[in-house]
Amino acid sequence: MKVAVTAQGRDLASEIDLRFGRAKYLLVVDTETNEFEVCDNTVNLNAAQGAGVQTGMNIANLDVDAVITGNVGPNAFRTLNAADVKIFLAKKCSVQEAIDKMKSGELTAQESANVEGHWV
Amino acid sequence: MTKKNIKIAVASGKGGTGKTTISTNLARAIAKNRRAAQYLDCDVEEPNGHIFLKPEIQKSKAVTIDVPEVDNEKCNGCGRCSDICQYNAIVSLKKVVVTFDQLCHSCGGCKLVCPTSAITDKAKEIGFVDIGVAKEIGFIQGRLNIGDIHTPPLIKEVKKAASSDSVIVIDAPPGTSCPVIEAIKDCDFVVLVTEPTPFGLNDLRLAVGMVRELKLPFAVVINRSDAGDDEVLKYCSKEKIDVALEIRDDIEIAKAYSKGEMIVDVAADYERGFIDLFDYIDKNIQLQEKLI
Repeated sequence: MKVAVTAQGRDLASEIDLRFGRAKYLLVVDTETNEFEVCDNTVNLNAAQGAGVQTGMNIANLDVDAVITGNVGPNAFRTLNAADVKIFLAKKCSVQEAIDKMKSGELTAQESANVEGHWV
Repeated sequence: MTKKNIKIAVASGKGGTGKTTISTNLARAIAKNRRAAQYLDCDVEEPNGHIFLKPEIQKSKAVTIDVPEVDNEKCNGCGRCSDICQYNAIVSLKKVVVTFDQLCHSCGGCKLVCPTSAITDKAKEIGFVDIGVAKEIGFIQGRLNIGDIHTPPLIKEVKKAASSDSVIVIDAPPGTSCPVIEAIKDCDFVVLVTEPTPFGLNDLRLAVGMVRELKLPFAVVINRSDAGDDEVLKYCSKEKIDVALEIRDDIEIAKAYSKGEMIVDVAADYERGFIDLFDYIDKNIQLQEKLI
């Protein structure tokens, strides 16, 4: 399974980025082999609005089955849902720990956004 | 020739300084003593001029904006719509296009670039424009739907509803961002209302920066002028800004306000103050006309 994790750094030891839309990096991890690729998401760091939507679209284009992040707002949720990407929420931990938690079934798929959107 | 349909905006950086008090009383004083006048409540997120003016609303019309509607059957998934959108209001995913009405600025770009004509306009209601009369003055107000964020397009409609044969007094929203810019941008004169406190001065500086950026002629009105310090006066004198009116911190005004009554009805000298304010603005505008 291919999973995108919002991350603050470029490797599996780095902490996950709890912010979805304005996450610095997206680490695309193959959960079978633990191999990963790094995608730069910094272009969204300073987006005036719609960062969640844009990051959601970036993730949809990565052909992943799921995403692990800290929080997800209503627009990002709608985008990911339309792209059939499952959303798992994790608390502060490393990317590797988040992947392990998902594999052991500690994380459950989100049925809705867990935070409010921020309008401009 | 005297310009009849002059537009005066009453703005302020800080909220709660008395924009509505100044604009309603100014409109009434103009209509009673000088020329036909209309009051426009452009503070559409919280319009409250009606509390003082007690208008009779004759018609209300819904205001809509165009947002995209996508026919996913026609869509070929090329993604040009989401590429052109600067506000991330439309995203093209592999099988489907998703739109976000609240992020849309109604530019129509997505519709233009769509090669398969899969995008059409859908009307989305954002609020209402109410038109009526309040005794001797024309009354127009905008009411933004609760939870909506499309403030500038509604303000634009409020201004369009005004007739061109009278003096227009615009009650602007507070702050210095898009809604207030929309309210004041094509006005002939801006009145900046402030109070003599550190907070009033701080936000006045921001508002002065805004009107100077827009190159609009302006003057300051100090409300509750004897309540705080003299820093606002010092600032205005240093910056060569006219203080066109000072209104005392008067218990009688506070009493009238708390009952939703007008200052001009409290005492004749207050009415005189508003007439003088209008004459000052009018003279200023006529002078600019001559210079052009």
